[in-house]
Amino acid sequence: MALHLEDPRIVEFDVRTDEMLVNMGPQHPSTHGVLRLLLRTDGEVVSQVIPHLGYLHRSAEKIGENLSLPQWIPYTDRMDYLAGMNMNLGLSLAAEKLMGMEVPPKAMELRVLIGEMGRIASHLVGMGAYGLDLGTFSPFLYAFREREIILDLFEEVCGARLTYSYITPGGVTHDLPAKITIPPGLAALTGKSANLQMSWIEACSLFLDWLEKRIPEYHTLLTTNQIFIKRTAGLGIMDREMAISYGCTGPVLRGSGVDHDLRRDGEPIYTRMYSGYEFDVPVAPFASAPPECVLGDNWCRFYVRMMEVVQSIRLVRQAMQKYPTAGGEHRIPFKQAQKLPRKEVYLETECPRGQMGFYLIGNDSNLPWRARAKSSSFCNLSVTEALCAGCLIADIPAIVGSLDIVMGEIDR
Amino acid sequence: MNFQDMHSRLVSQFGGRITGVNAENIDPWIEVEPAAILEVCEFLKSESDLLFDSLNNLCATDWFDADPKKQAKLGEPRVEVVYHLYSFSLRHTLMLKVKLPRWQGGIAGELPGLPTVSGVWAVADWHEREAFDLVGVNFIGHPDLRRILCSEDWVGHPLRRDYEFPLEYHGIRAK
Repeated sequence: MALHLEDPRIVEFDVRTDEMLVNMGPQHPSTHGVLRLLLRTDGEVVSQVIPHLGYLHRSAEKIGENLSLPQWIPYTDRMDYLAGMNMNLGLSLAAEKLMGMEVPPKAMELRVLIGEMGRIASHLVGMGAYGLDLGTFSPFLYAFREREIILDLFEEVCGARLTYSYITPGGVTHDLPAKITIPPGLAALTGKSANLQMSWIEACSLFLDWLEKRIPEYHTLLTTNQIFIKRTAGLGIMDREMAISYGCTGPVLRGSGVDHDLRRDGEPIYTRMYSGYEFDVPVAPFASAPPECVLGDNWCRFYVRMMEVVQSIRLVRQAMQKYPTAGGEHRIPFKQAQKLPRKEVYLETECPRGQMGFYLIGNDSNLPWRARAKSSSFCNLSVTEALCAGCLIADIPAIVGSLDIVMGEIDR
Repeated sequence: MNFQDMHSRLVSQFGGRITGVNAENIDPWIEVEPAAILEVCEFLKSESDLLFDSLNNLCATDWFDADPKKQAKLGEPRVEVVYHLYSFSLRHTLMLKVKLPRWQGGIAGELPGLPTVSGVWAVADWHEREAFDLVGVNFIGHPDLRRILCSEDWVGHPLRRDYEFPLEYHGIRAK
């Protein structure tokens, strides 16, 4: 490992200390779950990072071989538990691709609506937790205040707040409720009466109007904050070729300047859900970036997520417009005993953390012969070793946090 | 480039080392001889009309059933390694398959081997470690082939169809 002697931040190069192995995690708060990073350090400089995974391994793929596909849906919730809706969608679409099914338009609009709300909730946690990694507490509280309302809305739709199992092969489990009591958080924030009755769509619309005005505030707190910029810009730089070679996807890939989003560039079974929708794909470099920012650094990855929230708000609004006139039911039957044909399918969808893939093999039985979940965070994390070599210990949380990983999905 | 062209391209380059093709499947695939997989992947990545710069997925499947009648429906007992490739520049996909014996030389416990592709796509490093850990495939030439999800002292490969769950692990009851 070449030492960057010209780097003005590092004074320890003159005073070589003994090499030391430092364990970061598996219970370190900034490793986002049970990730253990073994650091080989010389003073404050990290010469090697060895990630150790598997602390949350629950054999989801082995379990999947013994369950029908609708029964495997709850296990996908527990993979990326911050974006359960999007994980449900990935498996449901793969199952439908295997069966050659197409869900009715109403189910598609509901999937877009709920999936994009899930993306907003997930990116809010990503933003808040990243602030926490860098030592600022307040964005986390604001992010969770907002996310709470989304979880309340999800609870009204499907009864669950974290592990939804809402999107299933064949559609979604329930239609939107016609009348709900306004979520308590939303009532408090907007000054409405606590027992106000409204339709789910109205509540969601009220929330989005309120959320949209908060986004400039997050930018003041984090994006344009000088301390935040000093901790993120120009650090953890990953160029286009490196990002592609390490299989990075989602905001991590777009932060490195690759214009690729499966909602626009994916397979027809996925992109037809989004046909007729208008949205942009935020890709680095950004005109509004601070001068210290370099293409593919921590700041770019973070900013891509922030911009995606704005696009998701746009998508949800369009879905709410299309939903009342969409034809068909919210689901078509997909039986537990449904025999899966002797075919093999692989399908990736754009989850908040990247491209989540499901590979299913049917074998004339209702149980899949092989149920493989290719995790996006797994690939995104694999770049850590290359990305962190030569940085300071204090920058490790900043770099790993910018990848926005969820260990439940990595370990499965 | 469509699937037929990709297949004929590979056949003209590698001849008999392309051992099969399935164009009827929803995602069509090409079968490659185990020893040729590295060269095929390098070719697929570097040719200007193929440019598969990304490995989306790599995993292995065990095709084994203790019941001979059910095994007859599955075909020969084997382990298959599957590669899902994607090209960011040309926006096309390809699925490759390699068929391996379940055990090298038929000796139980001897893992079947094939060359690693971790030099072609960096992400293959971890995917191959996972396939080694869970299915038991030896990726020859891999820089650091050790378990990734199971602990280092774990015995057996859980995604093998004849895997037996341990009754206890370090004093922890497992069944």
